[in-house]
Amino acid sequence: MISVRNLSKSFKGVDVLKGIDLDIQPGEVVAIIGPSGSGKTTLLRCLNLLETPSSGQIRVGDIEIDADLPLGQQHGLIRTLRQHVGFVFQSFNLFPHRTALENVIEGPVVVKKMPRASAIDLGRTLLAKVGLAGKEDAYPKRLSGGQQQRVAIARALAMEPDVILFDEPTSALDPELVGEVLSTIRGLAEERRTMVIVTHEMSFARDVANRAVFIDKGVIVEQGDAKQLFGSPREARTRQFLSKFLGEDALQPEPAAPGRSAGKPNAASD
Amino acid sequence: MIEASLQLALNSAPFLLKGALYTVVLSLGGMFFGLLLGFVLALSHLYAIAPVRWLVRIYVSFFRGTPLLVQLFMIYYGLPQLGIQLEPLPAALIGFSLNMAAYVSEILRAAIASIDRGQWEAAASIGMSRAQTLYRTILPQAARTALPPLGNSFISLVKDTALAATIQVPELFRQAQLITARTFEIFTMYLAAALIYWVLASSLAYLQGRLEARVNKHEQDSP
Repeated sequence: MISVRNLSKSFKGVDVLKGIDLDIQPGEVVAIIGPSGSGKTTLLRCLNLLETPSSGQIRVGDIEIDADLPLGQQHGLIRTLRQHVGFVFQSFNLFPHRTALENVIEGPVVVKKMPRASAIDLGRTLLAKVGLAGKEDAYPKRLSGGQQQRVAIARALAMEPDVILFDEPTSALDPELVGEVLSTIRGLAEERRTMVIVTHEMSFARDVANRAVFIDKGVIVEQGDAKQLFGSPREARTRQFLSKFLGEDALQPEPAAPGRSAGKPNAASD
Repeated sequence: MIEASLQLALNSAPFLLKGALYTVVLSLGGMFFGLLLGFVLALSHLYAIAPVRWLVRIYVSFFRGTPLLVQLFMIYYGLPQLGIQLEPLPAALIGFSLNMAAYVSEILRAAIASIDRGQWEAAASIGMSRAQTLYRTILPQAARTALPPLGNSFISLVKDTALAATIQVPELFRQAQLITARTFEIFTMYLAAALIYWVLASSLAYLQGRLEARVNKHEQDSP
């Protein structure tokens, strides 16, 4: 479905991503985790070219973008790729001058040239699916953060994408609103939609993802089955990172890791 | 005394209104072409290649940094020396449009630049082109920011059209001058002219208010 080869991104002389290789199969839910500044969000944003990679190849379905060639000449291809890749932002980025329904049908009507009446049917169905039936005519300003993020998910779904990318979808939400967004995403996972989720919600990632990818300092340190990676990580860096979130107790004891200093139990920061 | 003044004002009304028509034409023309050119300048300033951006900055700096009166004189009295002879009305229209465009371009540029980058990204993420994004996503939001300063500039323009009197355009102020030269009813005539300017500017302010209410519709917290 998605394949990334040797993806690098440097930003003002700093190497944010250093030769990432990643494959994502259809129906797979992949969680990308890692400390702040590790490059996980940059990786996600490179997947639909919101961020311009310095080098490497990105393939989604039949569409391949080669960042080693001038990207200006691949502009049409990039737009096509984006129609197949949904993106859900940390800060929702709904169009504030459009109602919930108008936000959802914008892509189908403007980009796919779908007849307005069919787009409205689709939009209503999707808003109902994310639990927002009756909010069609509300402007984003009058919706809670959780409701706004669910509209944003419906907006992404409206393009019928092959894969949906989530960039820390609950990080901007008040704690009591996190659950409704996570359960919406969980519902999509149960439909076996292909999704890539950058998140700090470790227990959510462990439950919902098939595979977890741990990134640190621009490289993939470790990846594998989500339950296995969260339960008994192989790498010391992964273990150290996870212990801050889950507490040392949640991890299987690791026999040989003498250099481990950080990571007291209950040190659930962030 | 008051009766005589009123009589004079009534007698002069046709002349004043004819002048007011010129004032309206100059104002609307200046707004229309100023908006059009200003929009092109704003987009060039934001998105064109570097040399074009520099030219736009010089243009804006010149037309905002020199007196409108001097600009009008350059166009009407100066250009004939370069072989370009213009009638008073077109000369004034060109002057007001070029000047207004400089202000409009700065207002629009700032308004467009103030829209959060996330809006461009959200539109890009559903496959919209840059032109579609600008037209459907950015400009409607930028209009909210731009309307109050645009309204200010347009109201200034209505008043500044009086400067056209100095290059032989028979607009409102010029008509008032001509009548006072004949009748010596100086205060009455200029008061009458001032009232007409006031009505024009107020109508514009009213329209601005209506437009602002419309583009701010989505900002209301309750239905």
